[in-house]
Amino acid sequence: MLETEPTINRTIDARGSFCPGPLMELIRGIREAQVGDVLAVLSSDKGSKVDIPKWIEKAGHRLIAVEALEGYDRILVEKAR
Amino acid sequence: MDRILVLGGGVGGTLTANLLARRLKKRIDAGDVDLAVVDASGAHVYQPGFMYIAMGGERAEKLVKRERALLDKRIRLVIGTVGHVDEAAGTVSLTDGTVLPYDHLVLATGARILPEAIEHFETEAHHFYTAEAALKLRRALDAFRGGKIVVGIASMPYKCPPAPLEVSFLIESELRERGLREKSEVHFCSPISRAFTIESVSEMATPILEEKGIELHTFFNVEAIDRERKVVLSLEGEELPYDLLVLVPPHKGQQFLIDSGLAPAPGGWLPTDRHTLRVGERANVYALGDATDLPLSKAGSTAHFEAPVVVEGIVAAVERRAAKGKHASYAGNVMCFFEIGDGKGTLLRFDYDHPPKPPKPNALWHLGKIVFNKTYFHTVPKGRV
Repeated sequence: MLETEPTINRTIDARGSFCPGPLMELIRGIREAQVGDVLAVLSSDKGSKVDIPKWIEKAGHRLIAVEALEGYDRILVEKAR
Repeated sequence: MDRILVLGGGVGGTLTANLLARRLKKRIDAGDVDLAVVDASGAHVYQPGFMYIAMGGERAEKLVKRERALLDKRIRLVIGTVGHVDEAAGTVSLTDGTVLPYDHLVLATGARILPEAIEHFETEAHHFYTAEAALKLRRALDAFRGGKIVVGIASMPYKCPPAPLEVSFLIESELRERGLREKSEVHFCSPISRAFTIESVSEMATPILEEKGIELHTFFNVEAIDRERKVVLSLEGEELPYDLLVLVPPHKGQQFLIDSGLAPAPGGWLPTDRHTLRVGERANVYALGDATDLPLSKAGSTAHFEAPVVVEGIVAAVERRAAKGKHASYAGNVMCFFEIGDGKGTLLRFDYDHPPKPPKPNALWHLGKIVFNKTYFHTVPKGRV
């Protein structure tokens, strides 16, 4: 867990959705967000914790954390550009 | 009386209605069941054929039949555009003012394409999701004399997931046949981390892309088209120049499903139970085919396998019993052919629990696809296969 929880501007609950659903939901969220916004993606798809950080790096945003919670992962990202 | 209303006269709606007519023949003849299909055009179009207008000499007129001719005579066909579903009243209103009551509702309303959602799409990009667009792409390919061809996907989900890869393979083959390969580049852009959503298919397709010299660009989500510079830009910050641009347009579910509270905005895909195919918690509303939010291919094949499950659910309700037998639950079955180019194809067969294991591409699976396409109107909508 993070020591200080950042202010989350939007939570995208993609639990129950399968690859590439959570990534596509995040992409939609990023398109709608402002630079500096923090988005949290909740995903129960095991591929998300690999694919989403890869996409964040490629797209030039900032990965804040990948947390394993009960039955799902929470990925925090800041829109950087 | 049980009133069954099927919205949509595509693969899913037509097959569901015909199977219902077969199973409920006596009750329909006795006047205990009324079965109707609502379709906007009254024309049944075999959409998988569009790609072959662009790539295989198919003709648009061969891909259309009158919906009436495909439906069992016990089924009423209503031609009209749906405006609203009133769940509380149990009615569907058409835009011409007709109100149709239902006890059981089947939503086989397909997907919409929205090329206009991307600026300059309609003047700069080609696609193969309508007969007209496919013909326009064919003409552009005929006029092509070398340069950069970019094939991409504007957003997910979209109809027929293998289609953009197939088109890339077929274009590359054609360029070789026409002696244009040395003067051309072919680029394939995938919105995700690999060439295809399903890992096993991606593992099959990626070496073929390499062999054919088709450059794969992953995490390329189309953001904009710069028509002055002739480049397509990705959300991830990349840009690719093109001489010929082929893009899968954005897709959505039907607007009236969002407006009626049946599907969430902005996608409009119906929240569908993966096994019963009921929409949400509703006991009498079913969805199948492209209209659902299921994590499966949006393809006629999916609807083909789903239809018997919807039918069993409705027949069970009409007979006041629980669904039973092999069609009581949908296991996520899908089967589709996959063109590789050079007269070869493979087969994707899978369900929720078993990913596809595509066989080594050969001429047989290519021919299988051609035969299936040619015989479609005699087999699938009428429930003969």
